[in-house]
Amino acid sequence: MSAPPRVEIVSMTKRFGDLLALDDVSLRLEPGTVHAILGENGAGKSTLVKCVMGYHRPDAGRVVVDGRAQAITSPRRAHQLGFGMVYQHFTLVPSMTGAENLVLGAAGLPAIIDWDAERATIERFQRRMPFQIDLDRPVSALAAGEKQKLELLKQLFLGRRILVLDEPTTVLTPDEADQILGVLGEMARENLLTVVIITHKLREVLAFAREVTVLRGGRRVGGGRAQDLDRDSLVRMMIGTADIPEPAARDVGPPGSVALGIEALRVVGDTGITAVRDVTLEVRAREIVGVAGVSGNGQRELVEVLAGQRQPESGVIRAGGARYRPTRGAMRRHKVFVVMEEPLRNTCVPGMSVAENLAFRNFDEPRNTVGGVLLSRRAIRRQALERIDRYRIRTEGPDARLETLSGGNVQRTVLARELSEDPAVLIAQNPCAGLDWAATTEIRSRIVTARNAGAGVLLLSEDLDELLELADRIMVMLEGRLVYETPRETADAHIIGRYMASHA
Amino acid sequence: MVTDLGGWGVLIAVVGGAIRVSTPYLYVSLGETLTEKSGRVNLGLEGTLVMGAMSAYAVAYLTGSPWLGVLVAGCAGAGLGLLHAAVCNLPRVNDVAVGIALFLLGTGLAFSLGKPFIQPVAPRLPSVALGAWSAYPQIRAALEINALFVAGVVLAALMRWALAHTRWGLIVRTVGDNEDAARALGRSVDLVRTLSTAVGGFLAGLGGSFLSLYYPGTWNEALSSGQGLMAIALVIFARWNPVRCFWVSLLFGGATALGPALQSVGFTSNYYLYGAAPYVLTLVLLVWSSSPTRVLAGAPSELSISR
Repeated sequence: MSAPPRVEIVSMTKRFGDLLALDDVSLRLEPGTVHAILGENGAGKSTLVKCVMGYHRPDAGRVVVDGRAQAITSPRRAHQLGFGMVYQHFTLVPSMTGAENLVLGAAGLPAIIDWDAERATIERFQRRMPFQIDLDRPVSALAAGEKQKLELLKQLFLGRRILVLDEPTTVLTPDEADQILGVLGEMARENLLTVVIITHKLREVLAFAREVTVLRGGRRVGGGRAQDLDRDSLVRMMIGTADIPEPAARDVGPPGSVALGIEALRVVGDTGITAVRDVTLEVRAREIVGVAGVSGNGQRELVEVLAGQRQPESGVIRAGGARYRPTRGAMRRHKVFVVMEEPLRNTCVPGMSVAENLAFRNFDEPRNTVGGVLLSRRAIRRQALERIDRYRIRTEGPDARLETLSGGNVQRTVLARELSEDPAVLIAQNPCAGLDWAATTEIRSRIVTARNAGAGVLLLSEDLDELLELADRIMVMLEGRLVYETPRETADAHIIGRYMASHA
Repeated sequence: MVTDLGGWGVLIAVVGGAIRVSTPYLYVSLGETLTEKSGRVNLGLEGTLVMGAMSAYAVAYLTGSPWLGVLVAGCAGAGLGLLHAAVCNLPRVNDVAVGIALFLLGTGLAFSLGKPFIQPVAPRLPSVALGAWSAYPQIRAALEINALFVAGVVLAALMRWALAHTRWGLIVRTVGDNEDAARALGRSVDLVRTLSTAVGGFLAGLGGSFLSLYYPGTWNEALSSGQGLMAIALVIFARWNPVRCFWVSLLFGGATALGPALQSVGFTSNYYLYGAAPYVLTLVLLVWSSSPTRVLAGAPSELSISR
C-alpha cells in the first residue's frame, strides 16, 4: 500500500448567511500522524472537515495535496484524492452484510457482482489487517465496536489514506475506544494512514494524538504537538476565558427512603425482542443512581416505560412506596419527572412556543386556567418568564417557537419544566448529550441540586465520565440486564467498561 | 363426459382464478416493492393501475395491437411515477400525501380520457392453453395462462436476484436503508428514488393493461375496485421480498376469485359477501402482521412509515 500524501489546509473560510462558521483556519497533516481537532460544539470542526471532504464549498482557502492545490468540488473528488470520512453515526447499511457494505463503496463496482471473486478479494485484504470481523453477518447484528472497525475496514478497503473520524469513540466503551485508537495509531506509525480525529475528549487527545489543533468560534486558537500541551491549557483554549460555572457541591449524608423501586421489570422492544430483562433496582431520596451502558442495551425502553410511553410485559414499579402506573395523574401525585434523550423528538413540540412547552406538566392546573376550562395565556406566560430567567434559557422570548432554540437551550427548557416542581423522582437519560462545556456543567449542577433537595435520581448515560462525576451508585446495563453495581467510592472506569462490553 | 366436479370444481376455479386475478396484484406489488426498497411509498399506484388499463385498452383498440397497448400502459405508469418522484424530490414534501393526490389524479384522468372507449371492443391479449391435456373444461379454463403472468413470475425471481447481485440492487437498498450512507458514497438519493419510482410505475401500468386486455378484459370505470391499494398492503405482508410478493399475490387472487367460483357452481347467496373476501383478507393480514410495540421486520428504514 502506498504512503498517505502530505496535506495542507490553507486559510479555510466558510460563511453561512451572517454566521462566519470558519475563519481563516490553516493546518498541516503530516503523513503517518494522528492529528486531533479539538473544540466545542459549534466551534467549526465539522464545517472544516466538510469543506475538505467536498460537502461544503469554502468561501476562501484551499487544500494542497502533495504540493499541488486541489479544488475539491464533491465528495467523490475527495475520495479520489484518498480522503475518507468515518461519521459519528455509522454510514453502514444495517440490513446488509459486512461484505456487501465493503463492496458497496468500490469505485469500479461492476453492474453484476461476482460474489465469489469479491469474497476472495476481501479475504486477501482482511488477512493484512490488524483485526478480523465476521463479514457474513448483517451489520445490524454487530456490536458498536465491531461496526466502528467495519467502518475503518471499509475505508481502507476503498483505498483511503487520510481518514477523518468524527467523534469516533462516542458509542464505544473505554476499552473499545482504546483498542480502536491504538490500532489507528499503529497504522499511522507504519505510514499506512494519516488520521484526523474530531473530538472533544481531552483524554483521547493526550493519549493518542501527535498533533492537536484547537478551534473556537470558527478560528484556530491554538495547538501544536500533543506532548507539549496539558489538560488545563487545552481546556482554556477550547472554552476561552468566559466564566466556567462551578459544579454544585454534593451534600454528604445518608440517602433517605426509597423514592423509586423497580421489581423484575421486563419490557419488549420495537423489534419484538425482550429489551429489558428482570431489572430490579431502588433509588432512594437524596441519591443519584447511575446506569452505564452502550446505547441500545435496553436503556431507552426502560425510560419509556417509566415515562408511560411503553407498556411493560411484567414487573412492578413503585414510587414513594406505592404502586405506580405512569399516567399523568400518578406522575403528578408522586412527583415523578422525566428528562428523556432527544427532547425535540420525544417530550417537546418543536413548533409550539417556549411558554407552551414549559407548561406541558401543569397547563391544566387551576392556577394556569380560567375557571378550570380555558387556558390562561397570561399565567402560562408569567410562569415562562420566571423559568426562562431562573434557568437562563436564551430565547427571543416566551413566544418563540422551541425549534428556534439551540440544543443547550432546548435542554434547559426541558429541565426547567421537569425540575421546577420539587421532583421526588427524576429520571434523566443522556441529559448533556451534544451540549457544550458550559451548558453541560450547568445542567449537571442542576441535577445535583435536585438530588440535594431530596429527589431520587435515576440517571442513564452513555458518558461514563458523567456517571463517575454525578452518581452515588453506578450500575451497568447490558443486553437488558443489570450486570454490575458499585458504589461511587470503588467505581473504576475500566472495570465498568468491561462490564459494558460483556459479562466478563 | 363428467362435468360436475362438485367441491373440487370450486377449488379448481379458485386456483385458476388465483392465477388469473393475481397478475395485477403481482405487478403492482413488485413495482411498489422496488419503490419502497428505495425509501419511498407510492400510494398512487391504484391510479397508475387504472390509467394503465385505460391507455392499454385505448391503444389496443386504436392500433389493433394489444402488445403495443401493454407497452403504452407501462409508459403511462412510468410517467405517473416520474411525476410522483419529481414532486417528492422537492423539500419537505410528504410522499404519502402526494401518493393520494396521484391516486385521485390517475383515476380521474383515466375516467375522463377513457369515456369514448367504454363501448368499443379492443383485441385481447392471447393466452397459452396449459390445460389442453385435460378432459375437464374446468381444468382447461383454469390453466389458460397469460404471458404477462409468466413474465411476472420470472420478474419476481429476477428482482430478488438483482437486489442482491447487481450494483443497482445494492444502490437501491442503500438509499432505502441509510440515506447518509448513500450520500457518503456520492450517490444521488433523489435520482435513485426517481428511477425506482418510475420503474415501479411502469410495472403498475403493465398490471393495469392486464385488467383491460385480458381479465376481465374490458374497460369501464369499475374495473380495478381497489386492487392497486391492496397490492400496496400486500407488499408489507410480503416483507418487501419480491418472491413472497408472488405467493401473496396468488393468495389475494384466490380470495378475489372466491365469489365468482362459488357462483359458477350455482352457489349465489351472499355473493357480495364473498366478493368482499380480498378486503377482509387485507384487513386481517395487516392486523395480524402489525403490532403496536414492534417495528416491521425487513422494512426499509428510510420509509416514512418506519421512522
